[in-house]
Amino acid sequence: MPGETPLGPIPWPYPVEYDKTEYQDADVLVIGGGASGCFAAMGAASRGARVVMWEKAATMTSGAMGSGCDHWEMAATNPCSLVTPEELADAMVRMHHGYNNGISHYIEAREGYDRLLDLEKYGAKIRDTGDDFKGADFRDDATKLMFAYDYVNRFTLRVWGTTFKRAMYRGAKILKANVVDRTMGAGLLTEGGKVGGRVVGAVAINGRTGKFTVCRAKSVVFCMSRPTRLWLFAPGATGISEFRPPQCTGDGHAMAWRVGGQFTMLEKSLRGEWSGLRSFPPYSTGNNHNTWYACTMVDAEGRRIPWLDRDGRELPDVADRYRPSPGQKFYMKGGGEPDFPFYEFQGPETMPVEEAVKRGFKLPFYADLTDMPPMERKVIWGMMVGNEGKTKTPVYAEYNNKGFDPATHVLQSYGDGWRSGQFLPQERQFFGIPGGMVNDWRLMTNLQGLFAAGDVLFASDCVGHAASTGHYAGRQAALYAATHGDVRLDDAQVAGERARLYEPLQRSHGVSWQALAEAITRVMQNYCGAVKSDDLLHEGLRGIEELRANEASRLVARNPHDLLRAQETLNVLTNAELVIHSCLARRASSKQLMFQRLDHPEMDPPEWHKFVTVQRDATGVRVGSLPMGYYGDFASNYEKHNADYIREGAVR
Amino acid sequence: MSDPKVFAIADQAIVDPITIVPELCTGCNLCLHVCPVDLFLPNHDKGGPPHVLYPGECWYEGSCVDVCPEPGAIRLNRPPAMRVSWRPKAALGPRQD
Repeated sequence: MPGETPLGPIPWPYPVEYDKTEYQDADVLVIGGGASGCFAAMGAASRGARVVMWEKAATMTSGAMGSGCDHWEMAATNPCSLVTPEELADAMVRMHHGYNNGISHYIEAREGYDRLLDLEKYGAKIRDTGDDFKGADFRDDATKLMFAYDYVNRFTLRVWGTTFKRAMYRGAKILKANVVDRTMGAGLLTEGGKVGGRVVGAVAINGRTGKFTVCRAKSVVFCMSRPTRLWLFAPGATGISEFRPPQCTGDGHAMAWRVGGQFTMLEKSLRGEWSGLRSFPPYSTGNNHNTWYACTMVDAEGRRIPWLDRDGRELPDVADRYRPSPGQKFYMKGGGEPDFPFYEFQGPETMPVEEAVKRGFKLPFYADLTDMPPMERKVIWGMMVGNEGKTKTPVYAEYNNKGFDPATHVLQSYGDGWRSGQFLPQERQFFGIPGGMVNDWRLMTNLQGLFAAGDVLFASDCVGHAASTGHYAGRQAALYAATHGDVRLDDAQVAGERARLYEPLQRSHGVSWQALAEAITRVMQNYCGAVKSDDLLHEGLRGIEELRANEASRLVARNPHDLLRAQETLNVLTNAELVIHSCLARRASSKQLMFQRLDHPEMDPPEWHKFVTVQRDATGVRVGSLPMGYYGDFASNYEKHNADYIREGAVR
Repeated sequence: MSDPKVFAIADQAIVDPITIVPELCTGCNLCLHVCPVDLFLPNHDKGGPPHVLYPGECWYEGSCVDVCPEPGAIRLNRPPAMRVSWRPKAALGPRQD
């Protein structure tokens, strides 16, 4: 049959350019073209910088929100919001007992709405222009903006995110950023080739041609998501090993770690929630969280599971699910923050599954849109499920085609609440404000000239955070480039990187990247799982070294595609080492960090209430710390670094 | 322009995420251009449907289906282990047996 893929070897259809090198020159090099990368490119270009942006996949669709998103959180400066950026950033920090990035979340709260207006300018839909929801409780009829969760305070927007990535791509191109697709940033270049030196550029490989690219740049912005596949890998269905897309492997973390970048909070990990065929696609099953907030849940006999406020009082009306409790100014998210409950900002939630079963409610439970007022039903099924990251085609279109009718059908729920799979304690994931690179008020890292945005930053979260920190880091990187002298590449470092990256092409048989990927997760589950100790963690480092000495040095790549996968997997191996060092550095258990040490069992002793940092230097791993709230006052620090942006805002 | 010494071998996956209907596919390769994991390879015969070479790497977000200009030419297949069930609300109630 002409459509069938041949079983045997297929000659590589693209030109093979392993022996070619392309040289580029930029003021600002952005690596990663998801939400943060596209906005970093726009932010830098808006300041007149010559921008190159490398994207491993295809910018039109790539990144964690490439195919959509349904919420834009923390948009405190939208015209309907009743809370200030200061209040929201303060809530974010306090909810996490200080273990949060006050800088990046303040930027998100202060500039997130500006980025939505940018998106609208480039063709995205951010308001109900078709008047489909006219008169709904969650809609402001003057601006046509639509809100989620707390309808009184109106700071989380419902958005038509399937239109966003194309708009970002368009914006980057209109501002004349040089967007280069299918190109994986693979190594950082530093002044004199030294660990800890000023960043002067980077090298990349192309996943179709294998071409080597060297870019000299006065500053670099890292927009390469966060580490994945450390504990979870799904052989045979590797693309759905984690919640984030498979091309997000935390390449930036590994690149920065190799040359002395500083990290914090990477000792924090959560029990896995999604992986492989053991869980359902996010928001594809009956639930009442996030995309589906605040859907009624019913039991197998059709009885409503009670909704409760933060004090456990039953909420009789659907409208109560969208209002703060008596005496509460605002709530952060409906459905609570299951991992981090915090009374002051806790929203309404259904009774816990175990409690409901105890009270005689019968399993399985179902999401019951038939019980919701028509506008709520229409906004959840029609708009939110139609626009969230992975639901437009695989859920919304597919269920509609197969006859799902939200006015008459109920959709089955499979797990406890919004999780739809069960995982072992050692099967872990970075989720819900994980660790990352340390930043200052410029979003610059400890490495001069290296800026970070989105999920590369510690305590990152969601698309609004990615977009706003991206634009901000891009502006600051452009300013740095304009005020710092020319840079020179170190030829020996470039040659060393080329040799390292092309090594898996040197042999005709050996170890597959999948085999190495699986082995990494076994080491991490065994020695860096739910419980840690010095003994276990050192054994883990030994396991990583063993993999590096044996399997990693026998990795085989047949073609440029395999080479990319092999390099990603080697980055995962490096990230495993970084995470184990992060765990060794904190010699105390912490509830907030979900970090349990058998050899230091006391929970959160006060002397450890700080950010523990790790970085490589010429002699080994250096451990340090930063005090909680090291970033100081939000508004005054922000204003000190952004006078030009504030002036432009006044003009806008 | 291809290099005869460089080959690809189709991935042995336990999933079958993409079905292309050759009668409807025009070989425009738009799906191949937007796929974030680059799981397709272009067909050597111009106008032929792309090959699904790395099915195991699919993220199931559906970019390929969204971009396809020919309705029904490409389909995303949910793995059977992930099939979700729904029923009429009116059918809920105490078991009758």
